[in-house]
Amino acid sequence: MSHSQRTKVTNIIIFIALAIGAIVMIAPLLWMLSTSVKEKQDVFALPPVWIPEVFQFSKYKEIWEAGPLLSGIKNSVIVAVSVTVVGTFTSSVAAFAFAKLRFPHKNKLFLLLIASMMIPYPTVMIPQFMMFSKLGWVDTLLPLIVPGLFGNVVMIFFLRQYLLSVPDAIIEAAKIDGSSYFRLYSSITFPLIKPAVAAQLILWFMGIWNDYLAPIIYLNSPETQTLQLVIANFNATYAIQTDYPLIMAASIVALLPVLIIFLIFQKQIIESVAISGVKG
Amino acid sequence: MITKSNLYRKEKIYGYLFILPPILGLLIFTLFPFVYSLYGSFTDWDGLGQMNFIGFDNFKDLFTDELFYKSMYNTLFLMLGIPIGLLLALLLALGLNRKIPGTTTFRVIYYIPVISSLAAVSIMWNWAYNGDYGLVNQFLELFGIKGPNWLMDKDTVKPALILMTVWKGLGYTMLLYLAALQSVSRSYYEAAELDGASGFQMFRNITWPMVKPVTFFLVVTNIIGGSQIFTEMNIMTPTGGPEYSSASIVFYIWDKAFKNLQMGYASAMAMILGIFIFIVTLIQFKMNEKSSFDGD
Repeated sequence: MSHSQRTKVTNIIIFIALAIGAIVMIAPLLWMLSTSVKEKQDVFALPPVWIPEVFQFSKYKEIWEAGPLLSGIKNSVIVAVSVTVVGTFTSSVAAFAFAKLRFPHKNKLFLLLIASMMIPYPTVMIPQFMMFSKLGWVDTLLPLIVPGLFGNVVMIFFLRQYLLSVPDAIIEAAKIDGSSYFRLYSSITFPLIKPAVAAQLILWFMGIWNDYLAPIIYLNSPETQTLQLVIANFNATYAIQTDYPLIMAASIVALLPVLIIFLIFQKQIIESVAISGVKG
Repeated sequence: MITKSNLYRKEKIYGYLFILPPILGLLIFTLFPFVYSLYGSFTDWDGLGQMNFIGFDNFKDLFTDELFYKSMYNTLFLMLGIPIGLLLALLLALGLNRKIPGTTTFRVIYYIPVISSLAAVSIMWNWAYNGDYGLVNQFLELFGIKGPNWLMDKDTVKPALILMTVWKGLGYTMLLYLAALQSVSRSYYEAAELDGASGFQMFRNITWPMVKPVTFFLVVTNIIGGSQIFTEMNIMTPTGGPEYSSASIVFYIWDKAFKNLQMGYASAMAMILGIFIFIVTLIQFKMNEKSSFDGD
């Protein structure tokens, strides 16, 4: 067998292996989807039914009555949108200052921020909880929103690195022209870093949307809970009744928004993750 | 007329103004709580009454607390998934780095579990592990194997969680490996091929050294992430599993702090977790320094 033939055969074998792997990876999620449109008795059928004879979409109607799903979505949107919009603004402005402006102790302050990433959330969550409880903010969305408004260190770090590759000359020239510092950021720097900002924003949005630990600490009453808590409660409540189609339908609804965002922006997201990871 | 020093003074003010929010955020939401938590770990803090200084009592109690040991052990045990995930991901990345059709599609499919909500996939796996009609056992039945009731058995609950975490994280690890592999110049392989190097030799002498920094980065970040595992057990084994055999350290901290209101005791555990993560991160920084001096 010639060299190129051998490569071809190897590639076919690898393709098959990757395809089997991909099926295994996606199977649990497909099963989740298939269960959500099944009749209750089909769920327990042996051998398993992957494609039900009749598609039952009734569970997708029922979930809105079965728990505070709609308010969960609303709460998650409020938290994720307010944090990412305001937080991206503060983060990108700070990244601009760290990369392009001159002021004393700049690098020390930047290092301090980076060093703070070493402190994991579980070590600060107890005093943070007490702090917010003194303010009377427990069982409101504020403890989930307010800290994020001050910016995100990972994003600052990433955007600063990105900005370092933007030539100073453009900014210097605008500075001489008497452009204000905020305009330097908003009309010169920001357009240049837009793709990086967008990718980071999406990643952050997904992180907040999927967050579980902070919401479970702060939110008790059903109407203030975020989507992740609502579906976790679905699971706790309806598993006893073995109403799995209902649970799975609710879970699909929780999954769908980020899945759609991912499929639209997958190229940027994958690139952004690859860059930040390898350089990290 | 604007003088140069005038311009600089203005730049200084704006510079500080622009970085003020994250610096303030750091002080209010990280540094202050951290110091408070450190202090709290030496008190009998219950979140309601007075905080009395009790010295090292919390830490002494930890040494005799069976559940603390158990949750520590569980957390470390679950990290067995890290080498498994790394190996699988590297193999995947090597496969995807070849010129074969559909690589983009594969990349997306393998990455979907990564972006999926952890709560939702925990619910899904919770059911997949059901002893009677779960997906895992139905699959095993195809081979005539009668699977256990995974999450109800103290011997199988941890392997079950490991399998799930590997599944969840595989795409991310694969992606970083793939990015590293794609930055390896083709010319190295071509030169090696001319020298008659075998595939394994090329892997050992070219690929492995080139992906080593990524491996190290992944090991460190996976240890840091793994030491904070919580959501999975909270949803799949809300009571900590059979004989507390799936409770992680963060699960135990959460349980003590917010269910039993033993804030001081929980803070002491949080400090131990913090020190552990600090050490791991420090090692990473040191290694990074070293590798950058190697001209990497």
